[in-house]
Parts: sequence; structure tokens; C-alpha cells
Amino acid sequence: MIIKLIARNVFRHKLRAILTILGVAIAVSSFGFIRTVITAWYIGVEASSSNRIVTRNAISIGFPLPLAYKNKLESTPDVLEVTYANWFGGIYKDPGNFFAQFAIDPVSYFNVYPEYEVRPEQMQAFLKDRSGAIVGQKLAERYGWKVGDIVPLTGTIYEGDWDFTIRGLYKGAKKSADETIFFFHWKYLDERVAEIFPDFTGNVGFYIATIDNPDNAALVCQGIDERFKNSANETLTETESAFQLSFVTMSSAIISSLEIVSFVIIAIIMLVLANTMVMSARERTSEYAVIKTLGFQPGFIYAMIVGESLLLSSLGALLGLLITFPIVNGFADAVGSFFPSFDISTMTLIAAVIATLVVGALSGIMPAIRAAHLNIIDGLRQLS
Amino acid sequence: MSTIINIENLSKTYHRDAEELQVLKSINMQVENGEFLALMGPSGSGKSTLLNMIAGLDTPTSGKVTICGSELSQMNESQLAGWRSQHVGFIFQFYNLMPVLTAYENVELPLHLINLSKEERDKKIRLALNLVGLPDRMDHYPNQLSGGQQQRVAIARAIVTDPSIIVADEPTGDLDRKSAEEILNLMVRFNKELGKTIIMVTHDPHAAGRAHIKKHLDKGTLNGA
Ligand SMILES: Nc1ncnc2c1ncn2[C@@H]1O[C@H](COP(=O)(O)OP(=O)(O)OP(=O)(O)O)[C@@H](O)[C@H]1O
Ligand SMILES: [Mg+2]
Repeated sequence: MIIKLIARNVFRHKLRAILTILGVAIAVSSFGFIRTVITAWYIGVEASSSNRIVTRNAISIGFPLPLAYKNKLESTPDVLEVTYANWFGGIYKDPGNFFAQFAIDPVSYFNVYPEYEVRPEQMQAFLKDRSGAIVGQKLAERYGWKVGDIVPLTGTIYEGDWDFTIRGLYKGAKKSADETIFFFHWKYLDERVAEIFPDFTGNVGFYIATIDNPDNAALVCQGIDERFKNSANETLTETESAFQLSFVTMSSAIISSLEIVSFVIIAIIMLVLANTMVMSARERTSEYAVIKTLGFQPGFIYAMIVGESLLLSSLGALLGLLITFPIVNGFADAVGSFFPSFDISTMTLIAAVIATLVVGALSGIMPAIRAAHLNIIDGLRQLS
Repeated sequence: MSTIINIENLSKTYHRDAEELQVLKSINMQVENGEFLALMGPSGSGKSTLLNMIAGLDTPTSGKVTICGSELSQMNESQLAGWRSQHVGFIFQFYNLMPVLTAYENVELPLHLINLSKEERDKKIRLALNLVGLPDRMDHYPNQLSGGQQQRVAIARAIVTDPSIIVADEPTGDLDRKSAEEILNLMVRFNKELGKTIIMVTHDPHAAGRAHIKKHLDKGTLNGA
């Protein structure tokens, strides 16, 4: 009986019910979408390993470090393996085609980044070809590249036209691993630089080192920076995640505001639902009075109103989740390449559903208290 | 005959801001089991208030209300609710059916407060709707029924739990003559054939004429007739 009452009461005002459900659905999908963006961003940060540290020029990331630092870093206690890379910043056909390109020292780089997996024969081919490249699976998929294809890049920092031959693809061993990077030989970069600016050879963008114990990271970083203090190129060393975060302080502010917005959205869901429930409960005051007159206890009224509010919010949540998927997928197609992984996480889905249900129950409770404890005589009077 | 309603020194005072409004003044009244009583009186004289006391919807400021052997002024709200569901059937001026439930489901509603199997419930509902002459309107919603038909469904809802007392506050107040007559006929029948004690508030002398006893309330004081 109670189920019947709830189900029929929900759609008594069809337009109102539909508008409420749509309102909740839109809010839920915005919540889902925003949480997905936030999650994707954090995955990027989490993807960095805590046993890797990054050493760069203390002045700014734009300034290089000498290649000679490699040996010095390797001889630092607690440091296991050292590799280095330069940000290339080339353009593929159109500036809109953004993806990261790094000139790397191949053997040590893939040792330091074991999560990038390359088939041995492809790795061999890459090592043999000075202008070869290894690209992420997702990136290759995006531009339809195959092994053997030649990819022309236009340099911005390192001017000129650069042609690379894809010798292999890598895939991420972890879901969080970024599969959109373009790697090529640092040696090739250095040779080309030598042809144009012989004075600028032997420059490394930054060093990445693995350390034996992540708990010591702070000490090791400090030790390295002290060692190069008062040298021609002072260093700044930090953990890889701190390094990544420093890239995205701007986006970090945006992410914080997104977090706030996602909670504001929950408040909006609450207002939409509470508004509907207060209106409905007020119109039905005399009905609740009759139900109480017949001898039903206040709990029955609670169940009726909170149940109705929960049903409304679940329908809204369901519809909202259904529309979240196309929205997120559409967004992923458009700009997903900025994130190593852009998927709706189960956590986001659960959070959205739980938040909506909690809010649904809460918005039903206020009018329910009013209706359940209303004086019967006053309630019956309302209709005359 | 036994006394089913015993009211002793019942007073009710409402407080509105600083003002005190004594609506019922030291009412004494006994009603025998199986009686059909009409309560009359000018508007504002306290008829509904008295009826609500008898029905266990409101509690007196002072005095005793004993119905079917239970002392109502001693009960809390939740006990009163349980008591009402067993002893009282309600008929209102504006029928007060649930708009989202069919005639059948409206009659079924109070039965959910009583432990019954589905079959027993169904039997009672059909019987009640037959008694009020609406066996063919079971699946109709209130807005598909005339006022008189809605009031008949309400009467079926009032008798379906087999209560000892039926209270009716101006049950014909919103009906035309012919429908009003049908409703009064039903009440007389249930009083005679099923032995229900009926307390009916009415403005209509003709309706009051169908009752055995008429009592007049005036400014909170009761005069027998
Ligand atoms: N909850 C309340 N608070 C304050 N005053 C009340 C309350 N309920 C009833 N009254 C007052 O008590 C008096 C009696 O009301 P009651 O409803 O019993 O009258 P009545 O005889 O049924 O009148 P009518 O024929 O118009 O229905 C009225 O003056 C009314 O204003
Ligand atoms: Mg009245």
C-alpha cells in the first residue's frame, strides 16, 4: 500500500515530477563529469612514482643542466639509476595536436620507467635507429600511426623540421600510466643542436633518478641540491609528484574550484528536491491528516514522504548517470589527451548515487516532520 | 443497553495568543450502544470539537471521556491512533478520499492497520462496497465519481473495519438532496442492521430528523431534546 501511495504520488503532478527529475539528473551528471575531471587529474599526479626524484635547474625548468651531472648524480648515496630527458615541444601538423615529446637516453629511461612496456624486438629496432621514436599506444591510435610510419614534427624550442620513424609502441603496465608520450633519442637531438649551435651541446632538460627508499626522498633531494650549491648550475630536486604538481599549480587552483563546484551541485540537488517535496507535502496536508485520523502512526507519513523524495532522487540519479557517460566520452574525445586516463570511475558513480540518495532522504525529512507531527484537527481544517 | 460513550465534566479551552476561548463548558453526556445521535447547533458552538473528543482526535482540557470502556484522556497520541483504528469509523463533509487510490484501495486503506490475510481483506472490501451500492465502481478514482458516490466510498471505508462507533461531521453538507438522502438511508441502515452507534453533526434539521436523539450545542453548553 505504501509503495502504491509513493509511486502514485510521485507522478501526481507530471510536469513538476519531470522537471524535478531533469533538474536532479542534470545536476548529477554535472557532478559526475566534474568528479571525473578531478579524478583524471589526480591520476596524473598519482601516476608519478614516489621512488623517483627529479633534478632540474634551480633557476627554472627552462634552463638546462650539463650532461656531466649524470655521473655526479649516480655517485650520490641512495641513488640507484639516473636518466635524463629534454622537453621538445614540437608541433605535429597543427598546434592543436598537443602531446608531450621527450628526447631521452633510451636504455636508462626505460629502466627508470618500467611501467612503459615495449616489445623487445621493437626496442632493438628503436635502439638501432638514431631518428627512431617510441610512442604511446593511445597516441598512435589517435593519429592512426603504425610502426614504420614517419612522423614530421616542427620544432619550436629546437627549430627546424624533424622527421622521426616510429620503431615501436609502448603500453602502460598500470592503468594510470600515460600512453600519450612521444619518445626519441636524446643523442639525435644533441647532434642536430651541435650542427647549428655547437656551444649548446650536452644540455639536459632534467634528470630523473630512482632512489632505494622513498622515505628518504626529502633527504636525498636536499643532499643533491647542497652538492651543486655554488656551482655554475644550481639544482632543484624534488619528488616526481611534487615536480608534476609544480607544472600544474595553475590547474591545481582550477581543480580546487571544481571541487567546490561539485559540492555546490549537491546543494543544488537538495534545493530542487526540497522545493518539490515542500510544495507537494503542503498541498497534501489534509490527506496526511486523514491518514493519521484513520490511525496510521507518524512513521507511515515519514515513509510516504521520504520514500517519495528518495524515488524522485533515484530516478534523477539514474537518468543523470545515463547522460554522464555520453558527456564524459564526448569530452574525452575532445580533450582527453591531456589526461593519461579519462574514465568515469566507480568511485565517482558511487559518490554520485550516495550523495543523491542522502540528499533525497534529507530533503524529504523536513516536510515529513511537519506532516507527521501535524495536529490532525488543524490538518483537517485546512480543506474547509 | 449498555453505555458506550460516557462524557463527564468535559471542558475544552483553546488559547489564542493571550486570549482564552472556552469552546466546551462542562459537558455531560451518555450515549447507549446502538444509538443514532444528531448534534446540532449554530456555527462555532463547538460541535466539531465535541465530535473530535469522542473520536479520540483531540484531548479535553479537563473532564473524562470514556468510550467503549477506554478512558481516552489517559492515552498518548500513539495509543489514541491505535484505538481509533479499532473503534471508530470516520465520515467527513468533503469525503476526504485519497485521490491517488481507487475506490477499492481507499476502502482497503484502514484495513492495513489490522492483521488480515489478503483474502479476508478482499472479502471485507467487496462486502463494504456492495453495502454502499458501488460494486461496479471499485476501480474508479475519486475524481471519476460524483460527490454522492465519493461519500458512499467514504462510508464503506468507515465501516470496513467494523468499528463500534461511526462519527460523521456534516456528512451531507456538500451534497444535493437526493444524494444526501441516499447517504442518510445508508447510515440509518448501518445503525439498524449492523448496530453501529452513530454520532452525526449536522445543520440540516431534516437530516437530524433521521436520528433517534437530537442534542443541541450552544456556546459550548449541551441541551438535550
Ligand atoms: N485549534 C483551535 N484553536 C483555536 N480555536 C479553535 C480551534 N479549533 C476550534 N476553535 C474555535 O472553537 C470554536 C468551536 O469550533 P467548532 O469547529 O467546534 O465549531 P462547530 O460547531 O463545528 O462550527 P461549524 O458548524 O461552523 O463547523 C470556534 O469558535 C473555533 O474558532
Ligand atoms: Mg464543525
